[in-house]
Amino acid sequence: MAPIVRIENLTKSYATGFQALKGVSLDIEEGEILALLGPNGAGKTTMISIVCGIVTPTSGRVTVAGHDVIRDFRKTREIIGLVPQELTLEAFETVFNTVSFSRGLHGKRPDPALIEKILRDLSLWDKKDTMLRFLSGGMRRRVLIAKALSYEPKILFLDEPTAGVDVSLRKEMWQLVERLRATGVTVILTTHYIEEAEEIADRIGVIDKGEILLVEDKAALMRKLGRKRLTVELAEPVEAVPAALSHYNLSLGDDGHTLVYDYDTAGERTGITGLLAALAAAGLRMKDVATEQSSLEDIFVELVGGAK
Amino acid sequence: MNFEAIKAIYKFEMARTRRTLLQSVVSPVVSTSLYFIVFGAAIGSRVQEVGGVPYGAFIAPGLIMLTLLNQCIGNGSFGIYFPKFTGTIYEILSAPISTVEILIGYVGAAATKGLIVGTIILATASLFVDISIAHPLMMVLFFVLTAVSFSLFGFMIGIWAKDFEQLNLIPMLVIPPLVFLGGSFYSIDMLPPFWQTVSHFNPVLYLVSGFRWSFFEIADVNPILSLAIVAGFLAACLSITAWIFRTGYKLKN
Repeated sequence: MAPIVRIENLTKSYATGFQALKGVSLDIEEGEILALLGPNGAGKTTMISIVCGIVTPTSGRVTVAGHDVIRDFRKTREIIGLVPQELTLEAFETVFNTVSFSRGLHGKRPDPALIEKILRDLSLWDKKDTMLRFLSGGMRRRVLIAKALSYEPKILFLDEPTAGVDVSLRKEMWQLVERLRATGVTVILTTHYIEEAEEIADRIGVIDKGEILLVEDKAALMRKLGRKRLTVELAEPVEAVPAALSHYNLSLGDDGHTLVYDYDTAGERTGITGLLAALAAAGLRMKDVATEQSSLEDIFVELVGGAK
Repeated sequence: MNFEAIKAIYKFEMARTRRTLLQSVVSPVVSTSLYFIVFGAAIGSRVQEVGGVPYGAFIAPGLIMLTLLNQCIGNGSFGIYFPKFTGTIYEILSAPISTVEILIGYVGAAATKGLIVGTIILATASLFVDISIAHPLMMVLFFVLTAVSFSLFGFMIGIWAKDFEQLNLIPMLVIPPLVFLGGSFYSIDMLPPFWQTVSHFNPVLYLVSGFRWSFFEIADVNPILSLAIVAGFLAACLSITAWIFRTGYKLKN
């Protein structure tokens, strides 16, 4: 099936000479949840803004459901929902009216029942007649989401949906994304919270300095780069790795107090059983054993750090 | 054509008007009443008729134009400047709507409000002086064309303005001199020849003159020329706005 969003060689340079995007290409499949990870200023928002029509690209092409986002902007923008990063809302409008406004703006007939349902789902119904300027930050975030959902988009862009949001609201957002996925909505979210991407995304893209460093299935990414490390703490320090253990590729740590063994969880045999037996046979007394898995965070730091 | 979007913008802008009812309707009525008391009653009683029209009635069309210009520029500029200022413009830019639809929504609402307030001023004026309308159709034509042109002009100011100071610069500094020197309170043949010539470069002269002609059939310039100038101004505003949207000037980066 053709991707629902196709980004080809997209670049964006500003008059100041700053290059926000340096030839980005990305295919987004229908119904998937894609997380775009990257530090501040990586180009995430610029890319989203071009897809949504807020920023004009310098070169390159974006199609949504087969339509060019500039030439056929009506067809593409009708099905795209955008929740911006900044909490930008009118001050004097009420919650219900601003959400209805968004629906109208996208060419949909008024549907008060649907607006009610959306507001109820986002725990906003009792605030429906409240003026926007009286809402808390978390509530304003919900209103922005309600606005984007009001016209039933097929693709939803969430730009840093959980920045500055408390833990319970963050969990709620994740549940919302799950519910949207169940209805077939494609969700693209940007974040710099790695656990967020780990929690809800199907695929993960890493973007830094205007370039996409990788886009990979989350599970595959974790597997590919997700090595495990076994650290054995010894009762007595050793000066070198005993010859009997040489084929395990151990390294010595902490002035000979620890032995470090890296292994691949995807491998058929991890070699742990053999290693532990060999340690005992070599007469080494073990004080403690610990294993750790490299997280997406390590992978991310490695990628972004490596690109510098 | 995305009619729902036009309706949404129009309704939103009109709701803003309702929220600011006091300043949008009551204050022009108060200031117009003051003009009539000071110029119409106090000074007007000592001024002879102008072109066969009592002075109080003579200034009414100019006063209506003054209010119409202020209202249309104010609403047209604020309507688009505010979303820019708060950032909510993102929604307009990412919605499936064309330039024309955005314009109809914002400029239509600004012009509507200007026309409502203008009509209220006309009603207020008729409480103070006798007003007859010789050419109602031409009067409505001048009224509507001026409202639309200056709402569009305001819209451009709203897009151009970087801050609130710039937003108020033209309405406060440029419009009042043009209106006061545009023959709102006198016929320009009362001026020395040099200033008569200067006045012909003032677009507001043509507006006020044409509008006054539709009431009393007296004019400083040919009414057809007045109409042509208003239409030309509208065309100029339309083409500049078209350029703004085509290039994304001050809207997109």
